Amino acid sequence: MPTFDDTEVGTELPGQSFTVQRSDLVRYAGASGDFNVIHWNERVAREVGLPNVIAHGMLTMAMSGRLVTDWVGDPAAVLAYSVRFSNPVVVPDDEEGTLLVVAGTVQEKLADNLVVVSLTATVAALPVLAAARAVVRLP
Amino acid sequence: MALNRSFVGRRAASTAPFDVTRGDIKRFALAMGDSHPVYLDPAVAQSLGHPDVVAPPTFLISMGNSAGGSLLSDPDLGLDFSRVVHGEQGFELHRPVCAGDVLASEIRIDQIRDAGHNELLTLITEVTSAGERVATVTNTLVSRGTAAGQS
Repeated sequence: MPTFDDTEVGTELPGQSFTVQRSDLVRYAGASGDFNVIHWNERVAREVGLPNVIAHGMLTMAMSGRLVTDWVGDPAAVLAYSVRFSNPVVVPDDEEGTLLVVAGTVQEKLADNLVVVSLTATVAALPVLAAARAVVRLP
Repeated sequence: MALNRSFVGRRAASTAPFDVTRGDIKRFALAMGDSHPVYLDPAVAQSLGHPDVVAPPTFLISMGNSAGGSLLSDPDLGLDFSRVVHGEQGFELHRPVCAGDVLASEIRIDQIRDAGHNELLTLITEVTSAGERVATVTNTLVSRGTAAGQS
């Protein structure tokens, strides 16, 4: 587990990637209560001008946050987490799914053992989150 | 049609409490693909000093818009949900959300502003448990193509 004293501005968090498949969207819809049809119905998604079914932005946010919670060990150390949704994560109906690649860097050290982590989340090198940052308390 | 800016500052409170259960937290954690034991095992959570299993940082999204539904669906606001996409989301956790919490919320329309052809509507929700502040949740919705002067 990282400590505040050992963590510097520029410290990179271990990167992770996540596969998003249609079944993940169905499961997340049930758990979150977000049943918007664009997250499971390809016909409706195309009718409203999307290339295909898209993932819940909140699922992308949740998966990307794993980078931070896995790094700190105790997820309760995350005191704030915010993102902007910059591009949809398109999820085709296939066996491969869509690969979400997440990276993170310590951007700032604050008082009271707090650090600001800046995250990037991309699909095929296209950013799907912008201004993604988490404030974390380190031991 | 542009949103009715006189709605800025309007508030609505949740009408029913949101009970956070171990099952809710487990279901949410597994749906995001995370089987961290602090989400699933009360003994592990307690060994880290928490009263019960801890909710993932974005869990409060599952409270839904119960408090805000009446505000957002008011026809006088003029929000057309078929034009809405999720723009931004933020969680400020004043303390961890744990199983056993009984949450209440108050939502307010904090801001409506133009961003090019679109309008951005920012909602701020204060989440409390038995009067104690738990979290401040910020949600910005994009209303596509509704800025004044757009057709």
